[in-house]
Amino acid sequence: MPDGHVDLDAEHIGDLDEYEGALAGLSRREFLTYCTGVAATLGLSPAFGVKIANAAVAAPRPTVIWLSGQACTGCTESLLRTHHPSLETLILDTISLDYNETLMTGSGHQAENWKQQAMKDNWGKYLMVTDGSIPTKDGGVYCKVASKTYKDAVLECAKGAAAVISMGSCSSWGGWPSTGVNPTGAVGLNEIIKDKPVVSVPGCPPNPYNFLSLVLHFVAFGKLPELDDKMRPKFAYGRLIHENCERRPHFDAGRFAMEFGDYGHRQGYCLYKLGCKGPETYANCPSVGFNDVGQGTWPVGTGHPCFGCTEKGVGFTKGIHELASLKSVAPPNSYPAVAVDKGEGMSAGAAAVVAGIAGAAVGAGAVISSRLGKQDAKTESSSTAAE
Amino acid sequence: MSSQAHEHQPLGGRVLTLPFLICAALVAVAGVILFQRYTQGLAAASNLNDGYPWGIWVAIDVVIGSAFGCAGYVIALLCYILNRGEYHPLVRPAVLASLFGYGLAGLAVLVDLGRYWNFYHMMLPWYAQPNSVMLEVGLCVATYTLVLVVEFAPAFLERFGIEGLRAKLNKVLWVFIALGVLLPTMHQSSLGTMMVIVGHKLSPLWQSQMLPVFFLLTAILMGFAIVVWESVMASLNFRRPMETPVLSKLAGLMLVVASLFVVLRFVDLIVRGQIGQIFGGPQSGWFVVEMVLMISGLALLIPKANRNRSRALFLSASLLLAAGILYRLNVYLIGFTPAVGPWHYFPSVKEIMVTVGVFALEIALYLLFVKKLPVMHAVHPEHG
Repeated sequence: MPDGHVDLDAEHIGDLDEYEGALAGLSRREFLTYCTGVAATLGLSPAFGVKIANAAVAAPRPTVIWLSGQACTGCTESLLRTHHPSLETLILDTISLDYNETLMTGSGHQAENWKQQAMKDNWGKYLMVTDGSIPTKDGGVYCKVASKTYKDAVLECAKGAAAVISMGSCSSWGGWPSTGVNPTGAVGLNEIIKDKPVVSVPGCPPNPYNFLSLVLHFVAFGKLPELDDKMRPKFAYGRLIHENCERRPHFDAGRFAMEFGDYGHRQGYCLYKLGCKGPETYANCPSVGFNDVGQGTWPVGTGHPCFGCTEKGVGFTKGIHELASLKSVAPPNSYPAVAVDKGEGMSAGAAAVVAGIAGAAVGAGAVISSRLGKQDAKTESSSTAAE
Repeated sequence: MSSQAHEHQPLGGRVLTLPFLICAALVAVAGVILFQRYTQGLAAASNLNDGYPWGIWVAIDVVIGSAFGCAGYVIALLCYILNRGEYHPLVRPAVLASLFGYGLAGLAVLVDLGRYWNFYHMMLPWYAQPNSVMLEVGLCVATYTLVLVVEFAPAFLERFGIEGLRAKLNKVLWVFIALGVLLPTMHQSSLGTMMVIVGHKLSPLWQSQMLPVFFLLTAILMGFAIVVWESVMASLNFRRPMETPVLSKLAGLMLVVASLFVVLRFVDLIVRGQIGQIFGGPQSGWFVVEMVLMISGLALLIPKANRNRSRALFLSASLLLAAGILYRLNVYLIGFTPAVGPWHYFPSVKEIMVTVGVFALEIALYLLFVKKLPVMHAVHPEHG
């Protein structure tokens, strides 16, 4: 078939609009459990799980077009490592992920045509997601897909998008390609797309559940969740890592690891003095964790200081060893001793009373024993006399 | 022995003597402090804290006070269980001393309990935790106090001439006497068990699986010592003949018990590998004082002639009592270090005055009872 024939290349890929197909092999119970979990991640009542479930299977599912720029693909990879249950299946089926260079089967013109077709069919309705920064130097020649600079591609795609989401720090504020000398002139998506709000989910990689919750919020309610001044969803970026960190009590008590592998480090003390950026980094890493393997699965949990990957000007900019600037509580220069003397010791009065009692007892004992001694002497002499 | 030989009679005489008045004044002081304790709480009157929830009100009033109260236990044991009738003249004063020792120990618990209004929960089976040593001690001490009242009841009944009831009581008295020997054996050893469960908080010089044995031994030893001490004091102060023949036999028993205690203490330290703690272990100085008191007390009794001398008996009984007191104080307070600290505790003046008041009440009541009730055995001309 000749290249460029969109209608012929774009093959039907399964009955996604049917109830069974949309559930993608999950049982109804598993699916509802998952949706309730998503509602909990968003901080909504469990009853919203049903609403999210309804929205996720309602046809037609919203189209998502995912573009990748200067990035390491880590954001997409982390998305694949979520397992409750089989997130990748759900993300392909509850939303219609029509274009993603890492995940799609098609390639070359076929893939490009499919993208164009999907954009045309869902013009003004689709969700646009990008990962990776956008090079601007030298006309943006440092990143091209299908002979088109990445900058042009995102501008084109953004025109018909209902909402734009930038996934990961590169896309949110430039990420690591933008730091240092920045040879490609890399910038974040919000500096290219000015006419539309760009919701950002920064992180390197961001927690995939933050992205998923954002998307499902959009699907369920038709609008975006509450955002902060940097266009980040507040449910995930509303608080400093420092605020929810499991090592926070050590910070407050002044117990710090001073170098890697020292006593404090092995005891799980606060990593602030090793350069942890938790006190100036907004993210929910301590509360959500990574890879679904339980609590403590995030950098600080494994003993490495947070390096502030979500924050522009912190992650990839400050040295790992550099002290964070404290946004909330500053540690005092000195702490009260852990072992404070408690309870009342001997008072002068009590000592006097005890000494008085002891003295009286000994004195009385002496007097009595001398009287008894005389009595004994009398008894013994009288008994001798009697003999 | 004929019953005539053991007739008891009140000593008579003035009640309001100087010692009695001094004791009454001390009781009044304690009463004022207790009013403060019950209106403003424990902290207003005591230095008790979270690290030392047991202060002298437990360690001295209850643990040492009940050891003073073991006079009735050892004499009943000797006189009725081992059937040694010659100790009979000592029974009533000993039971009386026990009654006050235990009754006031029970009262002291009510002073020390933070939520004293719940004390009766101990008696209600549905609140009971049957594995608790504390429950065992609590119930046992409460029951024993009642048993002591029954044991002492003949003196009352005699005094007020209720002969019919007295005759009936005499028929079943053996049950109470048996209980009166069983119960202290149980709870005096349990007082030691209570400190076994504090584990490493107690210095290795005292912490031992043998604590129940040592507490039972000190209870018996202090019981003997208090009988001897009281008897000597009573003879001196009420100008009565010395009961030296009986006392010298008791002195022999004291010597045996005290020696057993000392030997077992050292064997225990060696077996546990803690003998080195004597030299520089925590509070080792107090261990040395305790042992010096104990050994000098028993050494006085080794020459047989000394056991007939009232001064030697008095000094020896005093030293052994002091050793027993210090042993129990060491286990309950001095050798005890709360886990998370550093905590400090020394009784406040008010706390000490309450304890002094409790003992003053004991002495005042003893003086009153021996003068007004048939407690002491009658002095016959052949004795004098």
